[in-house]
Amino acid sequence: MNWVLENISFIASLLTDHIVFSLVPVVIGLVIAVPLGWLANRAGFGRAVVVNLAGLLYTIPSLALFVFLPVILGTGILDPINVIVALSVYTVALLVRTVADALEAVPPLVVDAATAMGFTPFRRFVAAELPISVPVILAGVRVAAVSSISLVTVGSVIGFGGLGQMFTDGFQRSITAEVVAGIVLVVVLALVVDGLLLLIGRMLTPWDRTARAVAQGATA
Amino acid sequence: MIEFRGVTKRFPDGTVAVDDLDLVVDSGRITVFVGPSGCGKTTSLRMINRMIEPSGGTISVEGKDIMSRDAAELRRGIGYVIQQAGLFPHRTILDNIATVPLLLGWNKKQARERAAELMDTVGLAPEMAKRYPAQLSGGQQQRVGVARALAADPPVLLMDEPFSAVDPIVRETLQDELLRLQGELGKTIVFVTHDIDEAIKLGDKVAVFRTGGKSAQYDEPGVLLSRPADDFVDAFVGRGLGFLSSDGLPIGDLPVVAIGDRMPTDGWALVVDGERRPLGWVARGTGTVYEDALVPGGSLYDAGAGSLRAALDAALSSPSGRGVAVDGDGRVLGSIGADDVLRGLADSREADGAPGADVGRPVTDTDAADRVG
Repeated sequence: MNWVLENISFIASLLTDHIVFSLVPVVIGLVIAVPLGWLANRAGFGRAVVVNLAGLLYTIPSLALFVFLPVILGTGILDPINVIVALSVYTVALLVRTVADALEAVPPLVVDAATAMGFTPFRRFVAAELPISVPVILAGVRVAAVSSISLVTVGSVIGFGGLGQMFTDGFQRSITAEVVAGIVLVVVLALVVDGLLLLIGRMLTPWDRTARAVAQGATA
Repeated sequence: MIEFRGVTKRFPDGTVAVDDLDLVVDSGRITVFVGPSGCGKTTSLRMINRMIEPSGGTISVEGKDIMSRDAAELRRGIGYVIQQAGLFPHRTILDNIATVPLLLGWNKKQARERAAELMDTVGLAPEMAKRYPAQLSGGQQQRVGVARALAADPPVLLMDEPFSAVDPIVRETLQDELLRLQGELGKTIVFVTHDIDEAIKLGDKVAVFRTGGKSAQYDEPGVLLSRPADDFVDAFVGRGLGFLSSDGLPIGDLPVVAIGDRMPTDGWALVVDGERRPLGWVARGTGTVYEDALVPGGSLYDAGAGSLRAALDAALSSPSGRGVAVDGDGRVLGSIGADDVLRGLADSREADGAPGADVGRPVTDTDAADRVG
């Protein structure tokens, strides 16, 4: 406990890094996954290709990705960009399928009605299909965010692991408190971010809760 | 006016959904497309707003070829109501109704005011404005669907089996409401249903489609029932109308005069001989009834032994609009209107062969074919 208090500013800076390294990729990944998921959902045959290619990305070991990205991107081996890009890739891998599934689950009648009312395909996507997909997409984002928070720690091997630094540092210097504090902080961060996303989701989709309440009421 | 000229729809797999359709939908009236599934009625409807593009022929709305217009723009000018409403689950009732006005570029305040107005028109309580579709019953959702279609005040309304997903009692209310609304708004409505009773109740004109995408008959409901063009229409529309008894239909009064009596002061009167057998009709006039003033026309039906079809035909063929009911000896008993027959038909279908229900009881006699004059 003493170690924690003595190193509070060090921990704070690691925590800030961790948040940036883990959540910026989620945002980037989501922004890329939405159009890809849209494409996958539209292209009947292409869907399998896009979704499976994206899924394949997730099977690349994170450590390998951290090490090979500098070669591919031409960045320095110790550039934090590597971590951001690697985790963005994982987010895309996770979310393309989610977005495609979410869009596919939008009731065809609603899409049909929107078209018949005179929505252009792009406007229909923005005004109807995407917002209706939010509950499902958000569930995927929560998984991606927690996964990203956990994966950042691997970056510590190239010096950008956020709170993961506390694992390597504490392990090398045999400071148990540092390792334990690191683990606890990562878990707490994951829980807090997950909770916040849940809250944001509720604020974005008041209609979804009422729909569920009604559905439950009907089955009760 | 919506005009189909030689319209054909052939799907990529070779199925012909609509085959060389020629049909004119009158402005300000309700036209119903009815038929068994796979008859092309929905495809025909969906071609009007280009949800499905015709593969041949032309469709024009108010004289303009629909293919000459931008699809999205065309659709904003045509109201569309579908089964289960297809409301946006993520938008409030008010915003659902305001959809098309907003698409047309109205400002939010105007669009919402218009939406609130329409909630009132279709009979939705104002406190529902802020609710979401999932919180409404099926019937209420369907009202929202109608309000949404009417929001931008389009001259044309397309309704694709809008009431088939709600229970029969609510359906009947919604049908009545639609007729009431139409009385106020006078839209050009094309309504698709597979339910012949609904078609007859709502349609000013009814097009019966047969499998393979052909229009088998396009007429007013009464004509359709009394004079089906062929066996298919007879089977589909009449459901054996010719075999249902007219016994029990409410026979109304009929002004009767004899040759030499004073002319009727208003409306029509039936001229009879000394045995109360019909000779012909006379219209309102002055002086006395003389033989040359008689207007022939109108079949008779035997109130005891005739069929519903005979009764309907009598009403529709009569110059006065009232069919002449006679007894077994051909003596006048009274008159009947086409509405009475249609109502009797609806009743017989509801009773569905219940014992004791006179109307709709099967008859064995052939249709009475006597004529007035």
